[in-house]
Amino acid sequence: MPGSLVGVVLIASREGVPLLADPLVPLLLLVLAAVLSPLLVRGLGARAFHLLAIAPVGVLGWAMANWSAVADGSGPTRSVQWIPELGLAIGLRMDGLSFLMVNLVAGVGALVMIYAGAYFDEGHPSLGRFGATMLLFAAAMVGLVLAEDLFALFLFWELTSVASYLLIGTDDRRAAARSGARQAFLITGAGGLAMLGGFILLGEAAGTSSMGGLVAEPPTGAAVDVAAALVAVGALTKSAQAPFHSWLPRAMAAPTPVSAFLHSATMVTAGIYLVARMSPAFADVGSWRPVVIGTGIASMLIGGYRALRQHDLKALLAYGTVSQLGLMMLLFGVGTPGAAAAGCLLLVAHGVFKAALFMIVGIIDHQAHTRDLRHLDGLAQRWPLAAAAAGLAAASMAGVPPLIGFVAKESALTSLGEVGYRWGPWLMGAVVAGSVLTVAYSARFVWGAFGPVEGAQRPDMVIDDAPRPSIGFAGPSFLLALVGLSLGLVPAAVDPVVAAATESIWHVEAEHLSLWHGFTPALVASIVAFGGGSLLFVARRRVERLQSSAPRLPGSQGAYDAIVKAVLEVADAVTAVVQNGSLPIYLAVTISTIVVLPLIGLAGDVVLPVLVVADSPVQVVVAVVMVTAALMATRARRRLEAVLLVGAVGYGVAAMFIIQGAPDLAMTQLLVETLGVVVFVLVFRHLPSGFVFPERLRARPPVATMARLVTAVGSALFMLVFTLAATGARSAPSISSEYLTRSKVEAAADNVVNAIVMDFRGFDTIGEITVLVVASLGVAAMVRAGRNGADGSHDERMSR
Amino acid sequence: MSRTSVILDVCARLLFHTLLVISLYFLFAGHNRPGGGFAGGLLASCAFCLQYLAGGRTAIQSIVRIPATTFLGVGLLLAAGAAFVPVLQGGAALQSEMIKAELALFGTVKFSSVLLVDSGVYLVVLGMVLLVLEQLGGEDGER
Repeated sequence: MPGSLVGVVLIASREGVPLLADPLVPLLLLVLAAVLSPLLVRGLGARAFHLLAIAPVGVLGWAMANWSAVADGSGPTRSVQWIPELGLAIGLRMDGLSFLMVNLVAGVGALVMIYAGAYFDEGHPSLGRFGATMLLFAAAMVGLVLAEDLFALFLFWELTSVASYLLIGTDDRRAAARSGARQAFLITGAGGLAMLGGFILLGEAAGTSSMGGLVAEPPTGAAVDVAAALVAVGALTKSAQAPFHSWLPRAMAAPTPVSAFLHSATMVTAGIYLVARMSPAFADVGSWRPVVIGTGIASMLIGGYRALRQHDLKALLAYGTVSQLGLMMLLFGVGTPGAAAAGCLLLVAHGVFKAALFMIVGIIDHQAHTRDLRHLDGLAQRWPLAAAAAGLAAASMAGVPPLIGFVAKESALTSLGEVGYRWGPWLMGAVVAGSVLTVAYSARFVWGAFGPVEGAQRPDMVIDDAPRPSIGFAGPSFLLALVGLSLGLVPAAVDPVVAAATESIWHVEAEHLSLWHGFTPALVASIVAFGGGSLLFVARRRVERLQSSAPRLPGSQGAYDAIVKAVLEVADAVTAVVQNGSLPIYLAVTISTIVVLPLIGLAGDVVLPVLVVADSPVQVVVAVVMVTAALMATRARRRLEAVLLVGAVGYGVAAMFIIQGAPDLAMTQLLVETLGVVVFVLVFRHLPSGFVFPERLRARPPVATMARLVTAVGSALFMLVFTLAATGARSAPSISSEYLTRSKVEAAADNVVNAIVMDFRGFDTIGEITVLVVASLGVAAMVRAGRNGADGSHDERMSR
Repeated sequence: MSRTSVILDVCARLLFHTLLVISLYFLFAGHNRPGGGFAGGLLASCAFCLQYLAGGRTAIQSIVRIPATTFLGVGLLLAAGAAFVPVLQGGAALQSEMIKAELALFGTVKFSSVLLVDSGVYLVVLGMVLLVLEQLGGEDGER
């Protein structure tokens, strides 16, 4: 595998593309590291993650090396043929927004890998797989933001969902991890399929699947309205927006490095990224703007409100993420360059502070063995480094100056004040309300994690002696907190990146960022948010009580559970009818389908060929033997007897093949028959030896016997007619002569059957053996389940 | 085990290796003469079935210790891999190449890359039958 990757890189460079300016390089680098991960982990244990962090650092370096080209608007591009027949290509390019996202993914990714090296205890069983999946996710995410073609984007989009599924389910022995993984995959997967539908409609309407082309000349029409709605569904599910947000809190069953990487900084922003890309084309299409803005506001408020009630620090952060993503959704949904610039900045700020906060929660979980904020006492004194990191990151989340979160929120409020349509002030009001909640839950997080204990229900569970984390463990989060501080102090550092990102979306020059805007309405709004948030925090006990006494409205989780339950019930009902367990009925259905369906095709003209009774007397003898054996099989009382007689018929067919001069077929037929008998005998050990019970035979109604007779004779007659008709219906010359000549020349084979099977129809063969493997594994699993069933254990629905 | 037929046991021992060699012959000769991966795999499976009939599951376990699923996996990987390799070289999937070589004792030997796909089929067929024997066959000592 590594060898072939190197091969691809060599091919890439052979075509004259300079290696550094090739967008395949970061993808291959991450995939290569993923392949090496199991080997390194086997040798080094969790420390291997420190080494594996080199790959994302390399990607970071690659992006930086291309920065000047990106800033000029001439970033690296590349197109790889995918399915030329359908006009599909994997087009990759790095423009401003991609650059921002690649840096976010690679930067957070590198720190998370280092963090994971300290997070996991030695001897964790699936670390190699974990490292590989994390890096593959990083590759898919980088691919997603580099993709220029809609369908390439979809491909990477689904890959991130798959990686997320695997990563949430890392501890696959825990039911919560399995169900959380499944819920995340079902919701984002369903959204992804809706999005694919939207992409197809868009591609048809615009005549191109290039995102640049779509935005440059946006298509219009009713189909585009539908497409925009479908794409919105994809984006909203991926970014955990109401009413699809329930999967994100459940995804917290994942190990914390996963939450810090996928479910705060990167994967959940994929939906935001897509909305950002599409907003210039869709801003005025149908219901796009109200839907995206509406869900954004709803998520911002619901997430913030729910975060105020959580006692689990990780769940608190998850709802906070829903809220923050809602704000970003709103900013990109507004569809003005200013709001987009604020959104880009918030993407960076959020990735930095939220990843840091998740890392802190992981540290607390690891050292104190609890994430319940009611049981943590006075960690601030004993863990000054982690406490400082948490304080800085949470302050950035709350939008406290001089952190990057403040700059982002100020530009958000400023841009909303300038949107220019009449509901602009309402949007600003909603954001202020969201910020009030954000300030309150940020304070609640820091106070709950590091402050004195309060509200403990069981004093014996209070933790006040958790060991201090190592530097390698707390370091990454501290570094991220420092990044948040320094970017806030010197916004000019991130300004060109945000400007380039905005320019790549809207093709206009963006305004410059600054820490201090003067006394503007935005500053007033911020002050209001701090005031309201502080009040909410001071009254936190009352707020909690109020929330828990309020009637529980049917939520997103309830809807998901109800839908899944309904689907399973329908599936159970359908299965009970279709798979009722009666072998005779299965056979009857199969055989009558075989008989009835082709009859429809045959109903027209049947040309019977010139009938030849037999080519040689030997054929007659063999035929008599076969007919006798077949008739005797129908009279057999015991299974073994029947199988041996059917086997005899099969041997007769083989004999016919030999007489006709087809030794190949005859040999295969003989071998299959022999094996078939052996397998049948093995199966019969599990079945009663006689399959016709006299007492049941007598009780059987005459109708049932007639039905059996009709099915049997009908299928036999049909096969006779069909064979004759098929032989007589030849209108074109046989293709066998063509294959005979081609096999010599093209496949250099003397055995034409083998040449056809392996060469001309090779894909079919590969498909067939794949089916064979899947079927045998299925049979083995079923037999095993049947054996365990004796003690009733298979009745347990493990997956529920 | 008391009902084990001595005749069957001796025949199985005598025939087993012969059958395997013939199955390999089928595999290699398939390109130009009757045979091929499928027929070869079936014949090899028959050889194992014979062993099973004579000695039960223990007889098979004493011959192959590799789990049947490994046969399936390696076979599929081999076939799919052989199909994919030409793509990396810039050709079409499953494109076959012919290599002729002069070997001492054997004379001219033709080797087609199709043989890799064929071997994959061989292994998958054998793996499937081994899996069936493993799963459907009785417990140790029981036939």
